[in-house]
Amino acid sequence: MMDLETVYQGIQEGRRRALARGLSWVDEGSDRGNALLGRLFPHAGHAHVIGITGAPGVGKSTLVNALTLHLRKTKQTVGILAVDPSSPFTGGAILGDRIRMQDSVDDQGVYMRSLASRGHVGGLSRATFGALTLLDAAGFDVILIETVGAGQAEVDVMRFAQTVLVVLAPGLGDDIQAIKAGILEIGNIFVVNKGDREGADRTVRSLRSMLGLTSTSLDWVPPIIKTSADRNEGIGELVQAIEDHKAYLTNHAIWDQMRERQAENLLEQALEDMVEAVKKESRRQGEWYRAVSSIRQGESAPAFARELISQWLQKNG
Amino acid sequence: MIRVLVAKPGLDGHDRGAKVIARALRDAGMEVIYTGLHQTPEQIVDAALSEDVDVLAISILSGAHPTLVPRIMELLRANDVDDMLVLLGGIIPEDDVPAMKAAGVHQVFGPGTDTQDIVDFIRQHKGTA
Ligand SMILES: Nc1nc2c(ncn2[C@@H]2O[C@H](COP(=O)(O)OP(=O)(O)O)[C@@H](O)[C@H]2O)c(=O)[nH]1
Ligand SMILES: [Mg+2]
Repeated sequence: MMDLETVYQGIQEGRRRALARGLSWVDEGSDRGNALLGRLFPHAGHAHVIGITGAPGVGKSTLVNALTLHLRKTKQTVGILAVDPSSPFTGGAILGDRIRMQDSVDDQGVYMRSLASRGHVGGLSRATFGALTLLDAAGFDVILIETVGAGQAEVDVMRFAQTVLVVLAPGLGDDIQAIKAGILEIGNIFVVNKGDREGADRTVRSLRSMLGLTSTSLDWVPPIIKTSADRNEGIGELVQAIEDHKAYLTNHAIWDQMRERQAENLLEQALEDMVEAVKKESRRQGEWYRAVSSIRQGESAPAFARELISQWLQKNG
Repeated sequence: MIRVLVAKPGLDGHDRGAKVIARALRDAGMEVIYTGLHQTPEQIVDAALSEDVDVLAISILSGAHPTLVPRIMELLRANDVDDMLVLLGGIIPEDDVPAMKAAGVHQVFGPGTDTQDIVDFIRQHKGTA
Protein backbone atom coordinates (compact mmCIF):
# COMPACT_ATOMS: atom_id res chain seq x y z
CA MET A 1 0.00 0.00 0.00
CA MET A 2 1.36 3.41 -0.96
CA ASP A 3 0.62 6.42 1.21
CA LEU A 4 0.36 10.07 0.19
CA GLU A 5 3.95 10.87 1.08
CA THR A 6 5.35 7.92 -0.89
CA VAL A 7 3.30 8.81 -3.95
CA TYR A 8 4.15 12.51 -3.68
CA GLN A 9 7.88 11.87 -3.43
CA GLY A 10 7.82 9.05 -5.96
CA ILE A 11 6.16 11.15 -8.65
CA GLN A 12 8.82 13.83 -8.34
CA GLU A 13 11.54 11.22 -8.52
CA GLY A 14 9.97 9.92 -11.72
CA ARG A 15 8.85 6.58 -10.32
CA ARG A 16 6.27 4.92 -12.53
CA ARG A 17 4.34 3.04 -9.90
CA ALA A 18 3.89 6.13 -7.78
CA LEU A 19 2.68 8.08 -10.81
CA ALA A 20 0.28 5.30 -11.79
CA ARG A 21 -1.19 5.15 -8.30
CA GLY A 22 -1.42 8.93 -7.99
CA LEU A 23 -3.30 9.06 -11.29
CA SER A 24 -5.80 6.54 -9.94
CA TRP A 25 -6.37 8.79 -6.94
CA VAL A 26 -7.04 11.93 -8.96
CA ASP A 27 -9.11 9.85 -11.36
CA GLU A 28 -11.41 8.71 -8.57
CA GLY A 29 -11.67 12.30 -7.29
CA SER A 30 -10.87 11.21 -3.75
CA ASP A 31 -9.62 13.37 -0.89
CA ARG A 32 -6.15 11.91 -1.16
CA GLY A 33 -6.25 12.67 -4.89
CA ASN A 34 -7.09 16.31 -4.19
CA ALA A 35 -4.43 16.50 -1.51
CA LEU A 36 -1.83 15.08 -3.87
CA LEU A 37 -2.88 17.47 -6.63
CA GLY A 38 -2.60 20.46 -4.33
CA ARG A 39 0.90 19.49 -3.28
CA LEU A 40 2.15 18.72 -6.77
CA PHE A 41 0.72 21.77 -8.50
CA PRO A 42 3.66 24.00 -7.55
CA HIS A 43 5.99 21.46 -9.17
CA ALA A 44 4.10 21.52 -12.46
CA GLY A 45 3.99 24.17 -15.16
CA HIS A 46 6.91 23.13 -17.32
CA ALA A 47 5.36 20.74 -19.81
CA HIS A 48 4.01 21.68 -23.20
CA VAL A 49 0.48 20.31 -23.14
CA ILE A 50 -0.83 19.41 -26.58
CA GLY A 51 -4.48 18.49 -27.06
CA ILE A 52 -5.46 16.25 -29.95
CA THR A 53 -9.11 16.09 -30.77
CA GLY A 54 -11.32 14.93 -33.60
CA ALA A 55 -13.96 12.37 -34.54
CA PRO A 56 -13.43 8.66 -33.84
CA GLY A 57 -11.35 6.95 -36.50
CA VAL A 58 -9.62 10.01 -37.96
CA GLY A 59 -6.29 8.65 -36.69
CA LYS A 60 -5.67 10.54 -33.43
CA SER A 61 -4.03 7.62 -31.64
CA THR A 62 -1.91 6.77 -34.66
CA LEU A 63 -0.87 10.40 -34.78
CA VAL A 64 -0.04 10.37 -31.07
CA ASN A 65 2.19 7.38 -31.69
CA ALA A 66 3.93 9.04 -34.65
CA LEU A 67 4.39 12.31 -32.75
CA THR A 68 5.78 10.46 -29.75
CA LEU A 69 8.35 8.63 -31.86
CA HIS A 70 9.38 11.89 -33.46
CA LEU A 71 9.71 13.73 -30.14
CA ARG A 72 11.74 10.89 -28.68
CA LYS A 73 14.35 11.40 -31.38
CA THR A 74 15.15 14.71 -29.75
CA LYS A 75 15.14 13.07 -26.31
CA GLN A 76 12.01 14.84 -25.14
CA THR A 77 10.00 12.77 -22.68
CA VAL A 78 6.33 12.27 -23.45
CA GLY A 79 3.33 11.70 -21.20
CA ILE A 80 0.12 10.62 -22.89
CA LEU A 81 -3.46 10.78 -21.68
CA ALA A 82 -6.00 9.08 -23.89
CA VAL A 83 -9.62 9.81 -23.03
CA ASP A 84 -12.36 7.54 -24.33
CA PRO A 85 -16.09 7.80 -23.75
CA SER A 86 -17.82 5.73 -21.09
CA SER A 87 -21.14 4.08 -21.65
CA PRO A 88 -23.82 6.45 -20.36
CA PHE A 89 -25.87 3.41 -19.32
CA THR A 90 -23.43 1.28 -17.37
CA GLY A 91 -20.57 3.69 -16.69
CA GLY A 92 -18.21 1.11 -18.15
CA ALA A 93 -15.79 1.76 -20.98
CA ILE A 94 -13.46 0.05 -23.40
CA LEU A 95 -10.23 2.00 -23.63
CA GLY A 96 -8.44 0.92 -26.79
CA ASP A 97 -5.96 3.66 -27.55
CA ARG A 98 -2.95 1.67 -26.36
CA ILE A 99 -3.37 -0.58 -29.39
CA ARG A 100 -1.80 2.11 -31.57
CA MET A 101 0.96 2.92 -29.11
CA GLN A 102 2.93 -0.29 -29.37
CA ASP A 103 6.06 1.36 -30.72
CA SER A 104 6.71 3.22 -27.50
CA VAL A 105 5.74 0.70 -24.88
CA ASP A 106 9.23 -0.33 -23.88
CA ASP A 107 10.53 3.22 -23.71
CA GLN A 108 11.09 4.65 -20.24
CA GLY A 109 10.78 8.16 -21.67
CA VAL A 110 7.13 7.54 -22.51
CA TYR A 111 4.22 7.01 -20.17
CA MET A 112 0.68 6.44 -21.33
CA ARG A 113 -2.52 6.39 -19.35
CA SER A 114 -6.10 5.72 -20.50
CA LEU A 115 -8.97 7.66 -18.93
CA ALA A 116 -12.70 7.13 -19.27
CA SER A 117 -14.77 10.25 -19.80
CA ARG A 118 -17.48 9.50 -17.23
CA GLY A 119 -17.48 7.96 -13.82
CA HIS A 120 -15.69 10.96 -12.43
CA VAL A 121 -16.93 12.55 -9.26
CA GLY A 122 -16.24 16.06 -10.42
CA GLY A 123 -16.48 15.69 -14.16
CA LEU A 124 -14.05 14.90 -16.89
CA SER A 125 -12.22 18.18 -16.95
CA ARG A 126 -11.35 17.91 -13.29
CA ALA A 127 -9.93 14.41 -13.64
CA THR A 128 -8.00 15.41 -16.74
CA PHE A 129 -6.62 18.54 -15.12
CA GLY A 130 -5.44 16.46 -12.16
CA ALA A 131 -3.85 13.86 -14.40
CA LEU A 132 -2.08 16.54 -16.44
CA THR A 133 -0.71 18.19 -13.35
CA LEU A 134 0.70 14.89 -12.12
CA LEU A 135 2.36 14.11 -15.45
CA ASP A 136 3.73 17.64 -15.53
CA ALA A 137 5.10 17.39 -12.00
CA ALA A 138 6.63 14.04 -12.93
CA GLY A 139 8.76 15.99 -15.38
CA PHE A 140 7.48 15.04 -18.83
CA ASP A 141 8.54 17.61 -21.42
CA VAL A 142 5.49 17.15 -23.59
CA ILE A 143 2.04 15.90 -22.63
CA LEU A 144 -0.34 14.73 -25.32
CA ILE A 145 -4.05 14.46 -24.51
CA GLU A 146 -6.26 12.64 -26.95
CA THR A 147 -10.02 13.11 -26.78
CA VAL A 148 -12.93 12.38 -29.07
CA GLY A 149 -14.18 15.85 -29.76
CA ALA A 150 -17.77 14.78 -29.47
CA GLY A 151 -19.26 16.51 -26.47
CA GLN A 152 -18.89 19.74 -24.58
CA ALA A 153 -17.01 18.01 -21.77
CA GLU A 154 -14.36 16.87 -24.19
CA VAL A 155 -14.06 20.24 -25.83
CA ASP A 156 -13.71 21.73 -22.33
CA VAL A 157 -10.73 19.54 -21.61
CA MET A 158 -8.88 21.23 -24.42
CA ARG A 159 -8.65 24.49 -22.49
CA PHE A 160 -5.90 22.89 -20.42
CA ALA A 161 -3.79 22.44 -23.53
CA GLN A 162 -1.47 25.17 -24.71
CA THR A 163 -1.68 23.88 -28.24
CA VAL A 164 -4.77 22.22 -29.67
CA LEU A 165 -4.62 20.03 -32.76
CA VAL A 166 -7.94 19.42 -34.46
CA VAL A 167 -7.71 16.31 -36.60
CA LEU A 168 -9.91 15.58 -39.60
CA ALA A 169 -9.75 12.94 -42.29
CA PRO A 170 -11.34 12.71 -45.72
CA GLY A 171 -14.84 11.35 -45.40
CA LEU A 172 -14.61 11.36 -41.62
CA GLY A 173 -14.96 13.97 -38.92
CA ASP A 174 -17.83 15.37 -40.89
CA ASP A 175 -17.39 19.10 -41.35
CA ILE A 176 -20.80 20.17 -40.15
CA GLN A 177 -20.46 18.08 -36.99
CA ALA A 178 -17.12 19.67 -36.25
CA ILE A 179 -18.58 23.14 -36.39
CA LYS A 180 -21.48 22.14 -34.20
CA ALA A 181 -19.21 20.97 -31.41
CA GLY A 182 -17.36 24.25 -31.56
CA ILE A 183 -14.28 22.34 -32.49
CA LEU A 184 -13.04 24.67 -35.19
CA GLU A 185 -12.85 27.58 -32.78
CA ILE A 186 -10.47 25.80 -30.45
CA GLY A 187 -7.95 24.57 -33.02
CA ASN A 188 -4.50 26.14 -33.09
CA ILE A 189 -3.33 23.70 -35.72
CA PHE A 190 -5.48 21.68 -38.10
CA VAL A 191 -4.38 18.27 -39.20
CA VAL A 192 -5.89 16.56 -42.21
CA ASN A 193 -4.80 12.99 -41.59
CA LYS A 194 -5.04 10.05 -44.00
CA GLY A 195 -3.43 12.28 -46.57
CA ASP A 196 -2.87 9.13 -48.61
CA ARG A 197 -6.62 8.76 -49.05
CA GLU A 198 -8.60 10.14 -51.91
CA GLY A 199 -10.29 13.40 -51.05
CA ALA A 200 -7.63 14.61 -48.63
CA ASP A 201 -6.90 17.68 -50.71
CA ARG A 202 -10.57 18.46 -50.95
CA THR A 203 -10.83 18.26 -47.16
CA VAL A 204 -7.90 20.67 -46.90
CA ARG A 205 -9.60 23.08 -49.28
CA SER A 206 -12.99 23.03 -47.59
CA LEU A 207 -11.33 23.37 -44.21
CA ARG A 208 -9.42 26.38 -45.47
CA SER A 209 -12.56 28.11 -46.63
CA MET A 210 -14.39 27.29 -43.39
CA LEU A 211 -11.54 28.63 -41.31
CA GLY A 212 -11.62 31.79 -43.32
CA LEU A 213 -15.17 32.26 -42.08
CA THR A 214 -14.59 31.58 -38.41
CA SER A 215 -11.11 32.93 -37.92
CA THR A 216 -11.12 35.48 -35.13
CA SER A 217 -7.58 35.59 -33.85
CA LEU A 218 -5.58 37.72 -36.23
CA ASP A 219 -2.08 37.16 -34.97
CA TRP A 220 -1.91 33.37 -35.04
CA VAL A 221 -3.22 31.93 -38.26
CA PRO A 222 -3.89 28.23 -37.67
CA PRO A 223 -1.95 26.24 -40.24
CA ILE A 224 -3.42 23.21 -41.96
CA ILE A 225 -1.03 20.27 -42.09
CA LYS A 226 -1.62 17.18 -44.17
CA THR A 227 -0.32 13.95 -42.61
CA SER A 228 -0.40 10.21 -43.09
CA ALA A 229 0.18 9.15 -39.52
CA ASP A 230 0.35 5.42 -40.19
CA ARG A 231 3.26 5.90 -42.61
CA ASN A 232 4.92 8.78 -40.77
CA GLU A 233 4.32 11.38 -43.44
CA GLY A 234 3.98 15.04 -42.58
CA ILE A 235 4.95 14.46 -38.95
CA GLY A 236 8.10 16.59 -39.15
CA GLU A 237 6.07 19.45 -40.53
CA LEU A 238 3.47 19.01 -37.81
CA VAL A 239 6.12 19.05 -35.08
CA GLN A 240 7.50 22.25 -36.62
CA ALA A 241 4.05 23.85 -36.50
CA ILE A 242 3.75 22.81 -32.84
CA GLU A 243 7.13 24.40 -32.09
CA ASP A 244 6.06 27.57 -33.91
CA HIS A 245 2.92 27.76 -31.84
CA LYS A 246 4.87 27.29 -28.64
CA ALA A 247 7.22 30.12 -29.65
CA TYR A 248 4.21 32.29 -30.42
CA LEU A 249 2.70 31.60 -26.99
CA THR A 250 5.94 32.35 -25.21
CA ASN A 251 6.61 35.53 -27.18
CA HIS A 252 3.17 36.86 -26.45
CA ALA A 253 3.32 35.95 -22.76
CA ILE A 254 0.28 33.74 -23.29
CA TRP A 255 2.15 30.81 -21.79
CA ASP A 256 2.29 32.53 -18.41
CA GLN A 257 -1.33 33.56 -18.57
CA MET A 258 -2.30 29.94 -19.06
CA ARG A 259 -0.39 28.96 -15.97
CA GLU A 260 -2.31 31.58 -14.09
CA ARG A 261 -5.57 30.23 -15.43
CA GLN A 262 -4.62 26.77 -14.18
CA ALA A 263 -3.92 28.12 -10.73
CA GLU A 264 -7.31 29.79 -10.86
CA ASN A 265 -8.86 26.51 -11.84
CA LEU A 266 -7.28 24.83 -8.84
CA LEU A 267 -8.67 27.52 -6.58
CA GLU A 268 -12.13 27.13 -8.07
CA GLN A 269 -12.00 23.40 -7.55
CA ALA A 270 -10.89 23.83 -3.96
CA LEU A 271 -13.79 26.21 -3.34
CA GLU A 272 -16.26 23.80 -4.90
CA ASP A 273 -14.86 21.01 -2.77
CA MET A 274 -15.27 23.10 0.34
CA VAL A 275 -18.88 23.93 -0.45
CA GLU A 276 -19.54 20.24 -1.09
CA ALA A 277 -17.93 19.34 2.21
CA VAL A 278 -20.01 21.95 4.06
CA LYS A 279 -23.20 20.57 2.53
CA LYS A 280 -22.29 16.99 3.35
CA GLU A 281 -21.27 17.74 6.90
CA SER A 282 -24.33 19.85 7.70
CA ARG A 283 -26.65 17.21 6.26
CA ARG A 284 -24.95 14.63 8.39
CA GLN A 285 -25.30 16.81 11.48
CA GLY A 286 -28.91 17.65 10.68
CA GLU A 287 -28.25 21.41 10.59
CA TRP A 288 -29.04 21.43 6.92
CA TYR A 289 -32.63 20.31 7.53
CA ARG A 290 -33.13 22.76 10.40
CA ALA A 291 -31.92 25.55 8.10
CA VAL A 292 -34.25 24.40 5.33
CA SER A 293 -37.32 24.48 7.53
CA SER A 294 -36.38 27.91 8.95
CA ILE A 295 -35.92 29.28 5.46
CA ARG A 296 -39.34 27.89 4.64
CA GLN A 297 -40.68 29.97 7.52
CA GLY A 298 -39.20 33.06 5.90
CA GLU A 299 -35.70 33.32 7.32
CA SER A 300 -32.74 34.38 5.22
CA ALA A 301 -30.95 31.70 3.18
CA PRO A 302 -27.66 33.62 2.83
CA ALA A 303 -27.54 34.03 6.60
CA PHE A 304 -27.86 30.27 7.03
CA ALA A 305 -25.25 29.64 4.35
CA ARG A 306 -22.83 31.85 6.28
CA GLU A 307 -23.76 30.05 9.47
CA LEU A 308 -23.12 26.59 7.95
CA ILE A 309 -19.78 27.69 6.55
CA SER A 310 -18.62 29.22 9.79
CA GLN A 311 -19.63 26.12 11.74
CA TRP A 312 -17.72 23.99 9.29
CA LEU A 313 -14.68 26.23 9.51
CA GLN A 314 -14.67 26.02 13.28
CA LYS A 315 -14.44 22.28 13.03
CA ASN A 316 -12.20 21.96 9.99
CA GLY A 317 -10.45 25.30 9.67
CA MET B 1 -14.39 1.99 -10.54
CA ILE B 2 -12.85 -1.39 -11.33
CA ARG B 3 -10.16 -1.21 -14.00
CA VAL B 4 -9.27 -4.32 -15.99
CA LEU B 5 -6.54 -4.99 -18.52
CA VAL B 6 -7.58 -7.62 -21.05
CA ALA B 7 -4.30 -8.96 -22.41
CA LYS B 8 -3.52 -11.24 -25.33
CA PRO B 9 0.02 -12.53 -25.13
CA GLY B 10 1.63 -14.78 -27.70
CA LEU B 11 0.80 -15.64 -31.24
CA ASP B 12 -2.97 -16.16 -31.17
CA GLY B 13 -4.40 -15.22 -34.53
CA HIS B 14 -7.68 -13.73 -33.36
CA ASP B 15 -9.14 -11.99 -30.38
CA ARG B 16 -12.87 -12.61 -30.64
CA GLY B 17 -12.95 -14.23 -27.21
CA ALA B 18 -10.98 -11.41 -25.60
CA LYS B 19 -13.30 -8.85 -27.15
CA VAL B 20 -16.38 -10.68 -25.90
CA ILE B 21 -14.94 -10.59 -22.38
CA ALA B 22 -13.97 -6.92 -22.75
CA ARG B 23 -17.52 -6.01 -23.76
CA ALA B 24 -19.09 -8.07 -20.98
CA LEU B 25 -16.91 -6.34 -18.40
CA ARG B 26 -17.69 -2.94 -19.85
CA ASP B 27 -21.40 -3.75 -19.75
CA ALA B 28 -20.93 -4.65 -16.10
CA GLY B 29 -19.71 -1.09 -15.52
CA MET B 30 -15.97 -1.70 -15.52
CA GLU B 31 -13.24 0.21 -17.35
CA VAL B 32 -11.51 -2.17 -19.69
CA ILE B 33 -8.15 -1.46 -21.27
CA TYR B 34 -7.57 -3.52 -24.36
CA THR B 35 -4.16 -3.53 -26.04
CA GLY B 36 -4.60 -5.84 -29.01
CA LEU B 37 -2.91 -9.02 -30.20
CA HIS B 38 0.65 -10.30 -29.88
CA GLN B 39 1.69 -8.70 -26.61
CA THR B 40 4.86 -9.78 -24.90
CA PRO B 41 4.79 -10.48 -21.15
CA GLU B 42 6.90 -7.33 -20.70
CA GLN B 43 4.40 -5.20 -22.60
CA ILE B 44 1.51 -6.66 -20.65
CA VAL B 45 3.07 -6.01 -17.28
CA ASP B 46 4.13 -2.52 -18.33
CA ALA B 47 0.55 -1.75 -19.40
CA ALA B 48 -0.90 -3.25 -16.21
CA LEU B 49 1.40 -1.13 -14.05
CA SER B 50 1.00 2.08 -16.07
CA GLU B 51 -2.75 1.77 -16.08
CA ASP B 52 -2.79 0.75 -12.41
CA VAL B 53 -5.42 -1.88 -13.07
CA ASP B 54 -7.18 -3.89 -10.37
CA VAL B 55 -7.54 -6.92 -12.57
CA LEU B 56 -5.36 -8.52 -15.24
CA ALA B 57 -7.37 -10.86 -17.47
CA ILE B 58 -5.13 -12.92 -19.75
CA SER B 59 -6.52 -14.79 -22.73
CA ILE B 60 -4.44 -17.50 -24.42
CA LEU B 61 -5.61 -19.89 -27.14
CA SER B 62 -2.28 -21.02 -28.55
CA GLY B 63 -1.26 -23.43 -25.81
CA ALA B 64 1.70 -21.27 -24.83
CA HIS B 65 0.37 -20.61 -21.34
CA PRO B 66 2.95 -22.85 -19.59
CA THR B 67 5.70 -20.41 -20.58
CA LEU B 68 3.83 -17.12 -20.92
CA VAL B 69 1.89 -17.15 -17.66
CA PRO B 70 4.79 -17.88 -15.28
CA ARG B 71 6.79 -15.15 -17.04
CA ILE B 72 4.02 -12.61 -16.53
CA MET B 73 3.67 -13.59 -12.89
CA GLU B 74 7.40 -13.36 -12.38
CA LEU B 75 7.47 -9.83 -13.81
CA LEU B 76 4.57 -8.79 -11.58
CA ARG B 77 6.38 -10.11 -8.54
CA ALA B 78 9.61 -8.41 -9.59
CA ASN B 79 7.63 -5.16 -9.47
CA ASP B 80 6.20 -5.94 -6.03
CA VAL B 81 2.66 -6.26 -7.29
CA ASP B 82 0.64 -8.15 -4.71
CA ASP B 83 -2.85 -6.66 -4.98
CA MET B 84 -3.72 -7.38 -8.60
CA LEU B 85 -6.31 -10.03 -9.37
CA VAL B 86 -4.97 -12.23 -12.19
CA LEU B 87 -7.41 -14.27 -14.29
CA LEU B 88 -6.67 -16.64 -17.11
CA GLY B 89 -9.00 -17.69 -19.91
CA GLY B 90 -8.93 -19.21 -23.37
CA ILE B 91 -8.02 -22.80 -24.03
CA ILE B 92 -6.40 -24.10 -20.88
CA PRO B 93 -6.52 -27.90 -20.41
CA GLU B 94 -7.91 -29.01 -17.07
CA ASP B 95 -4.60 -30.71 -16.26
CA ASP B 96 -2.71 -27.42 -16.50
CA VAL B 97 -4.96 -25.53 -14.10
CA PRO B 98 -3.08 -26.47 -10.89
CA ALA B 99 0.23 -25.32 -12.39
CA MET B 100 -1.33 -22.02 -13.45
CA LYS B 101 -2.70 -21.47 -9.98
CA ALA B 102 0.62 -22.40 -8.46
CA ALA B 103 2.19 -19.74 -10.67
CA GLY B 104 -0.09 -17.18 -9.03
CA VAL B 105 -3.18 -17.03 -11.23
CA HIS B 106 -6.25 -16.55 -9.04
CA GLN B 107 -8.77 -18.24 -11.29
CA VAL B 108 -8.87 -20.05 -14.62
CA PHE B 109 -11.94 -19.77 -16.86
CA GLY B 110 -12.25 -22.43 -19.53
CA PRO B 111 -13.92 -22.19 -22.94
CA GLY B 112 -17.66 -21.73 -22.73
CA THR B 113 -17.48 -19.90 -19.41
CA ASP B 114 -20.49 -17.68 -18.87
CA THR B 115 -19.12 -14.14 -18.88
CA GLN B 116 -21.37 -13.42 -15.92
CA ASP B 117 -19.26 -15.84 -13.86
CA ILE B 118 -16.19 -13.75 -14.61
CA VAL B 119 -18.02 -10.54 -13.71
CA ASP B 120 -19.20 -12.11 -10.45
CA PHE B 121 -15.75 -13.39 -9.62
CA ILE B 122 -14.20 -9.95 -10.13
CA ARG B 123 -16.90 -8.24 -8.09
CA GLN B 124 -16.47 -10.73 -5.30
CA HIS B 125 -12.77 -9.98 -5.09
CA LYS B 126 -12.65 -6.31 -5.98
CA GLY B 127 -15.91 -4.86 -4.65
CA THR B 128 -19.00 -3.87 -6.60
CA ALA B 129 -17.99 -0.39 -7.70
N1 LIG C 1 -4.98 5.22 -44.70
C1 LIG C 1 -4.63 5.70 -43.50
N2 LIG C 1 -5.13 5.12 -42.39
C2 LIG C 1 -4.77 5.63 -41.18
C3 LIG C 1 -3.90 6.74 -41.08
N3 LIG C 1 -3.75 7.04 -39.75
C4 LIG C 1 -4.50 6.14 -39.08
N4 LIG C 1 -5.12 5.28 -39.94
C5 LIG C 1 -5.99 4.16 -39.59
O1 LIG C 1 -7.23 4.68 -39.14
C6 LIG C 1 -7.81 3.83 -38.15
C7 LIG C 1 -8.17 4.62 -36.90
O2 LIG C 1 -6.98 5.11 -36.31
P1 LIG C 1 -6.92 5.57 -34.80
O3 LIG C 1 -5.57 6.16 -34.61
O4 LIG C 1 -7.33 4.48 -33.89
O5 LIG C 1 -8.04 6.71 -34.79
P2 LIG C 1 -8.67 7.51 -33.56
O6 LIG C 1 -9.98 6.88 -33.25
O7 LIG C 1 -8.86 8.91 -34.08
O8 LIG C 1 -7.70 7.44 -32.42
C8 LIG C 1 -6.79 2.75 -37.91
O9 LIG C 1 -7.16 1.61 -38.63
C9 LIG C 1 -5.50 3.34 -38.43
O10 LIG C 1 -4.58 2.36 -38.85
C10 LIG C 1 -3.38 7.33 -42.28
O11 LIG C 1 -2.63 8.31 -42.29
N5 LIG C 1 -3.78 6.77 -43.45
MG1 LIG D 1 -7.90 6.79 -30.40
